[in-house]
Amino acid sequence: MTGNVSGFDCPLAIEARGLVKRFEGTTAVGGVDLSVPQGSVYGILGPNGAGKTTTLRMLLGIIEPDSGYRRILGAERPHDVAHAIGYLPEERGLYPSMKATEAIAFLGALRGLPLKEGRRRAHELLERHGLGYAADRQIRQLSKGMAQQVQILGTLVHRPRLVIFDEPFSGLDALNQGKLEAMMRGLAEDGTTVIFSTHVIAHAERLCDEVAIIAGGRVPFAGPVDVARDRIPAQVRLETQADEGLWRAALPTDSRREGRYWHFALPEGGIEPLLRALIAGEAGILSLSIERAGLHDAFVAIAGEAAARALEAEKPEEPRR
Amino acid sequence: MNFDLSAPGHRGRLSMLAAAWVVARRDFTAILFSRTFFFFLLGPLFPVIVGLLAGSVGQRVDQSGEAPAIGVVMAEADAKAMVRARDALADRLGGGLPDMHVVKDLTPAEQADPGEVLASRKGAFAGVLSGSPAAPVLTGPGPLIKDWRGDVELIAAEVRDGSLAFWPQVKLAKTSVAAPGDSRSRLRTAQGAQTLLFLLTMMLAGMVLSNLVEEKGNKIIEVLAAAIPMESVFFGKLFAMLGVSLVGIAVWGSVGGAIYLSAGSLVALPEPAVGWPMLVGLGVIYFAMAYLLLGSVFLAIGSLANTVREVQTLSMPVTMMQLMLFFFATYAMTQPGSAVEMLAVVLPFSSPFAMLARAAQEPAIWPHVAALGWQVMWVVLLVRGGSMLFRRRAMKSGPQGAGRKWWRRVVSEG
Repeated sequence: MTGNVSGFDCPLAIEARGLVKRFEGTTAVGGVDLSVPQGSVYGILGPNGAGKTTTLRMLLGIIEPDSGYRRILGAERPHDVAHAIGYLPEERGLYPSMKATEAIAFLGALRGLPLKEGRRRAHELLERHGLGYAADRQIRQLSKGMAQQVQILGTLVHRPRLVIFDEPFSGLDALNQGKLEAMMRGLAEDGTTVIFSTHVIAHAERLCDEVAIIAGGRVPFAGPVDVARDRIPAQVRLETQADEGLWRAALPTDSRREGRYWHFALPEGGIEPLLRALIAGEAGILSLSIERAGLHDAFVAIAGEAAARALEAEKPEEPRR
Repeated sequence: MNFDLSAPGHRGRLSMLAAAWVVARRDFTAILFSRTFFFFLLGPLFPVIVGLLAGSVGQRVDQSGEAPAIGVVMAEADAKAMVRARDALADRLGGGLPDMHVVKDLTPAEQADPGEVLASRKGAFAGVLSGSPAAPVLTGPGPLIKDWRGDVELIAAEVRDGSLAFWPQVKLAKTSVAAPGDSRSRLRTAQGAQTLLFLLTMMLAGMVLSNLVEEKGNKIIEVLAAAIPMESVFFGKLFAMLGVSLVGIAVWGSVGGAIYLSAGSLVALPEPAVGWPMLVGLGVIYFAMAYLLLGSVFLAIGSLANTVREVQTLSMPVTMMQLMLFFFATYAMTQPGSAVEMLAVVLPFSSPFAMLARAAQEPAIWPHVAALGWQVMWVVLLVRGGSMLFRRRAMKSGPQGAGRKWWRRVVSEG
C-alpha cells in the first residue's frame, strides 16, 4: 500500500486524548483516550448512550470536542484527510431517487474520487458483492438491507486507509452480518485500519485486535482484547468422583460447587500443584477444563454490572428487509 | 482489494469549493429532473395571473386617479385664465385634456425657470407651462409635450377669445433631465422589479429549506458532514438551488420575452434609469444576493429543525421579518437619498431590494458594486454562522438534555 496522506508513517491511525463533549450541561463524553494502531481492527464497545457515536463524530470532525486533542491519520483536522477515510454512520442515509451506482459514485466523489471512476468502481463492487442486478435500480426500490450494503460499498469505493463503521451490523440479517465481518477482515488484511462501534460483544470478540470499552462517556479500558480478558483469571471447572476427602483442602477458598462440578479461578501458582494434591487425595478426577475469560466477562469486570446489564438489554435488532 | 490512494483518478483532498461543487452538482441535477422543478416552473403562473388581474384593476385606478398634469407658471391673471379655460373646455369636450394646476403666480418682474420647477416638484407634474397665453412655452420630456401641444394651443386660444382668428403657437422646450413624470414611471418599474424579486426569493428560500430538512430526514447529512466541511454543504445547496432558479428564470424570461415581443407596443414599460439591459443584469445579480442571504438563514433553520412542523414554526418569524423588510425597502424607494433609503441599503436583507429600486431610479453604477461587496460579505458570514450552529446543535446523539427537551417542546407545540 502506498499513499500520500499526511501521517502515513505514523504508527497510530487515531490518537485521542481527553476528548470531552457536553450537550446543554449533559456530559456525553467525559474524557476519552484512544490509540488505534494502523492496520488493526478496533472495536468501541458499549451500551447505547455510552458515548460511542459522539466519540466517533468528534474523531471525524462532524462535531468539535469541547476539550481534548485528536489526531487522525496524522492530521489534527479530520477534513484534511477525509479522502483517506470511509465512514458509515449509525443512521444510514442515501438519496432515495439515486440509482445504486450513482449513490456509490456520489459517496466517492465526496471523498475526492472523480465521478467517472466512481461509477466504474461502483459497477465493479456491486458485481463482486452479488448486487450487479441492482446497479440501475433506485435506492427506494431496494430493500433496507440492500440499501445498507450499497452504502457500505459507497463507504469503501474511494479505497480509504481508515474505515469507521458506527454499529455496522444493525439492520443486517445473519448472512449479511457474516459477509460484512469477512469484508472487514479483508480490509484489515490489506492494511486498512477498521474501527467499528458495537453493543454486540460477540462481533467485537470475533473481529477485534483491540477494543475500547466505553461506559458513561468514559473509557475504563482500551487495549488488546487479550489484555482485557486477562483482567479476569481463567476459570477452572473440575468434575470429581469423590465428594469428600483431604483433597478438598487444596481447592481455593472461593470455589463454588454445582452438582459434581467445582468452579474456581485458576490459582496464581498454576494448575499443577492443585492436580498433584487432587491425585494424592484420591479425588477421582473425571474432567478438568480451564476456560479463558470471555470478552463479556471482561466487560462486566471492567465496565461494571450496570453497563453490562444495559448491554444485555440491547438485543441485536431483528434482521430487517 | 487495492487501497492505493495514489491510484489513477483519485484527486486527494477536496478544496472547499470543489466539495461545494460536488454537492451543488448532485442537488442541481436531482432537482432539475424531478417533478418539483415542473411545479417550480408552474409556480410563478399563479402570482402572474393574480398580478394581471390586479394590474388591470390598478390600471383603471391609475388612469382615473393619476392623469398626468401640467404645472402653470405665469403671471397670476394669465395662470388663472389658463386653468379656467382648461376646465371650461374639458366640460365641453368631455375630458381628454391634461390637468392643469397653478404652481406659482409670477409678479410682472419675476422670471421662473420651468426646468427647475419641473425637477423640484417631485413627481407632481409631467410638464410646466410658462410664458403667456399669447406665447405659451411648454417644458417637459419630448414625447409627452409634443402630444400635448395641440391641447395647450386650444386652451391658450380659448383664453384669448375662443376663435380661430388668433391661434397661439406653443413653443416646446424639451428637458434633458428626467422629468418627474418619468420618475413616477420609474418608481413603478422599481416596484415591479422589487415585487418580482421578493416573490422569487421567498419561493426559492423555502425550497432550499425543505431540501435540507428532507436531507436530514434521509439521514444523508451526516455522511456529508463527515466527508466535507459544512460550509461546503451549505454553499453547494445554495448554489444548486440558485442554478435551478436561473434555469427557471431563463425559461420564464424566454416566455415573457416572447409574449412581450408578440404584444409589441401594447405593453409600454417605462425605461429604468440604468437602462433595460443593466437593470435586467442587476436584477439577476440582486435576485441571487437576496436569495443567498435569505437561503443561508433558512439553511441554518433547516439545520435546527427535524420535521416539517418544526420548519414551519421556525421559518415563520423569518418570513414575517423578510416581509417587513420588503415593505420597508418599498417605502424607502419613495424617498431616494433619504436616511431611510440609506438604512434600507445598509440592512443586508433589504439591501438587494433597495438597490434594485435604486437601479430603476438612479443611473450611477458604483453604489451597486459597493452594495454587492457588502451583501457578499453577509452571505459568507451567515453561511459560516449557520454551519457553526449546525455543528453545535444538529449532530447530537444519546439522551436529550433539559434544554434540548425544552427546545423540542417549544418548536413542536408551536
